[in-house]
Amino acid sequence: MMAEKTSSKQQKESKRTQNNRVRNETWHRFKKNKLAVTGLIVLCIFIFAAIFADIIVPYGYDDQDPDRAMLFPNRKFIFGTDHLGRDVFSRLVYGSRYSLMIGFFAVGISVILGTIFGVIAAYYPKLDNIIMRIMDLFMSIPQMLLAICIITSLGPGLFNLMLAVGLSSTPQFARVVRASVLSTKEEEFVEAARAIGGNDLQIIIHHILPNSLAPLIVQATLAMARSIISVSALSFLGFGIEPPKPEWGAMLSAGRSYIRTQWYLTVIPGLAIMAVVYSLNVMGDGLRDCLDPRLKK
Amino acid sequence: MPELLRVENLKKYFYTNQGLLQAVDDITFSVNTGDTLGIVGESGCGKSTLGRVILHLHDRTDGKIIFDGEDISDVNKVKLKKLRKDMQIIFQDPYSSLDPRKTVGDIIGEPLKIYKLTNDKNEYVKKVKGMMDVVGLAMRTMNLYPHELDGGRRQRIGIARALILEPKLIICDEPVSALDVSIQAQILNLMMTLQKDHGFTYLFITHDLSVVKHISDDIMVMYLGQMLEKSDSASLFKHQYHPYTKALISAIPIPKYNAPDNQIILKGEITSPINMGDVCRFAPRCIYAKPNCFNEKPKMEEVRPNHFVKCHYTREINNL
Amino acid sequence: MDEKLLEVKDINIHYVTEDETVYAVNGIGFTLDEGETIGLVGETGAGKTTTALSIMGLIPDPPGKIISGSIMFKGQDIFKMSEKQLRSIRGDQISMVFQDPMTALNPVLTVGKQIEEVILLHNDIPKAEAKKRTIEMLEMVGIPGKRCDDYPHQFSGGMKQRVVIAIALACNPKLLIADEPTTALDVTIQAQVLELMKKLRKEYGTAMIMITHDLGVVAKICDRVAIVYAGEIVEIGSNKDIFVDRKHPYTMGLFNSLPDIENDSKELHMIKGLMPDPVDLPNGCKFNPRCPYKTEICENEKTPFYEVAPGHQVRCNKFALREVQNA
Repeated sequence: MMAEKTSSKQQKESKRTQNNRVRNETWHRFKKNKLAVTGLIVLCIFIFAAIFADIIVPYGYDDQDPDRAMLFPNRKFIFGTDHLGRDVFSRLVYGSRYSLMIGFFAVGISVILGTIFGVIAAYYPKLDNIIMRIMDLFMSIPQMLLAICIITSLGPGLFNLMLAVGLSSTPQFARVVRASVLSTKEEEFVEAARAIGGNDLQIIIHHILPNSLAPLIVQATLAMARSIISVSALSFLGFGIEPPKPEWGAMLSAGRSYIRTQWYLTVIPGLAIMAVVYSLNVMGDGLRDCLDPRLKK
Repeated sequence: MPELLRVENLKKYFYTNQGLLQAVDDITFSVNTGDTLGIVGESGCGKSTLGRVILHLHDRTDGKIIFDGEDISDVNKVKLKKLRKDMQIIFQDPYSSLDPRKTVGDIIGEPLKIYKLTNDKNEYVKKVKGMMDVVGLAMRTMNLYPHELDGGRRQRIGIARALILEPKLIICDEPVSALDVSIQAQILNLMMTLQKDHGFTYLFITHDLSVVKHISDDIMVMYLGQMLEKSDSASLFKHQYHPYTKALISAIPIPKYNAPDNQIILKGEITSPINMGDVCRFAPRCIYAKPNCFNEKPKMEEVRPNHFVKCHYTREINNL
Repeated sequence: MDEKLLEVKDINIHYVTEDETVYAVNGIGFTLDEGETIGLVGETGAGKTTTALSIMGLIPDPPGKIISGSIMFKGQDIFKMSEKQLRSIRGDQISMVFQDPMTALNPVLTVGKQIEEVILLHNDIPKAEAKKRTIEMLEMVGIPGKRCDDYPHQFSGGMKQRVVIAIALACNPKLLIADEPTTALDVTIQAQVLELMKKLRKEYGTAMIMITHDLGVVAKICDRVAIVYAGEIVEIGSNKDIFVDRKHPYTMGLFNSLPDIENDSKELHMIKGLMPDPVDLPNGCKFNPRCPYKTEICENEKTPFYEVAPGHQVRCNKFALREVQNA
């Protein structure tokens, strides 16, 4: 019996792919976290909806018809209609585009800028103080306020919104990356890379960044959740997406006046925001658990 | 064989908040091509720092380093990169000295990429595989990650990485300390075979005296940054002239039945390495210490041909 | 007939996880008299630490599972004791000294507090008396008593290990388990600590299990020696038996791999291959894939112990002419 066990183990060994085995292991561990996987699935549903919005929705997001205004959810309009007779479901699906897109791009800006600042601060101690004090400066301004200031000076619009949210999140990434690079650059394999003749840039790109990815990825998913809320809040306050574009926060805001009767106008976009944010959070948690410690054996 | 490395009055000082840390203090020695110089000492003696200063992984504070006839004490970046091809290092910890996100093949081949030594992918793979063969790594491990292999194999990766550029001098910083005894034997044999076949020169840094005896031609004993005794391997073990070396060698527990218990137990602990001053650093723990040991730094003396000792009273202690 | 202080009888311990099972200990057994010192010698992964932890009842469950066997300490089975009973024994009757003194001490408590803690846990005495005993212990391990209010970071590695020993011996336990106590220390400090352990052992009459891979340490301090390989004891005997008259091919390979400080040797003999992964152990004798003397029986059947001299047993079929059961 022992002999059989040995050979089946050998078979398992040969079946596994040789390349990217670290990634496979990480994925395997992620899969075990049921909550995180659920989050991933929910997120994928929203992404799918955002991409294929044109095919899914029964109506345009700005199809107005006063005759069918303020209808409760029914068979024709599964999430009801708003005060202008527009289908809430269609607006919700189109709205997912804005939330997700802004989330991704704003975080993308934060990640790129934050990484550059964080790496420079960590690797060149002379510049460390200047860079981190500037980051501190930005962090001391409440994020919402900072975003509002940027939008007010640059003007409204999708791109400016992404920029505002992205810039206001940059300091956090800079901190995380700086901390990670600081500890990684003391590792012996970095010293080894210097000993074999590597220069700073080579070492940063090949050795330091790949090993600093874990905390970065986790921060990114959590930051995405925060960005979506920020955008919703900004739109709620009137600084975000302009009507008639269907952004969830704006929809929430518009539905406020009718909350006692047509409560679904507020609750449904609110639930959508909750669902996406929650999914991103549990995914971020799951990623953190399975990436860190990275290596099981 | 001609001299490959000469180090003269090498110093490396660290300026800390508490004061001056003389990690490497006035070290002088030379090594011939194809030989192994063992550097022994306990924690805090500065042996690892010494190795790294020679490789310019730390900047030296003072002194000369002459490599292959050329004074390399001060080098610019371009010259340093060229030098690195000829001087390599094998690290102690096979767990932390390998990038956990790179495969075995990538780690071994990285030096080739940095120096652009191969023209195409085929040549690169051939060279990497060749190196793996030399150090005894199975081809199937090429796409594995370090954490999937045991300590012995990981150390072979470190050795392969150090040797692929065909350097002249290799600093071995406790290369077998983290390994089990039977694996240790395998790696030591490998290193000795490679030295015989390729003519490498080793600076073998370790705290393990039995290992150093096995692999070294000459041995140098360090304590708190200073060299206390230097001689060829056989002579040093036959007779030690410095009280510290005597205690060190007597402290090795001998794996034999009823081994004679003539251990010299040193009193106290290693003293602080900060602000030591110009004194004999071993004096606080030395049973032969006299008042001027605490005031004056001893000079290096050649008490026998090729046997150097740094002690005020070595002649009296040893009845010479 | 005296009751042995400790009788480890044929214990099997596995670590069971979703993916795999680690066969850490596979039928280990030995006895210990009062005041005796036995060395458990083996390389990384042999199962020595797992054995030690099981004697203290410290195997984490999950994933550790005690599959079978018993550990009789003063006539009572450790495996059958409740957590409460085990707690009263730990620190008081059986103590452990771990390998790494850097992490064994709590950095935010003074060393005096940490020694007092173990005394007060097992003795209903006034604090002043505990403090007195603490200072006695510190002096006994060679540390000035006034340092009882210092924190661990103010001590060097060797001194920290002495503190750990002081904690372990504070309640005068019958059995001390030392897991590689000097491996992390410099050789001159190691000499000091071993001298200390010898002195204390003599004074207190403590029995000791010394886990180590350093045969020099074993020669110095152990009365009996057990060689551990892949979760089994492959050879057990007195100090003299193992050092002068060793029999098992692994034991011989181990000694041959040692660089000899006294004689010159050209090349070190090495045992080819590696210790098997405890997840995937070979059939039959666990050493057979690396053994130059293996036969068909070795490959297929579990090898029993054979007695080659009174008190000296070898788990190897080369000695099959003389048969005896397990220790």
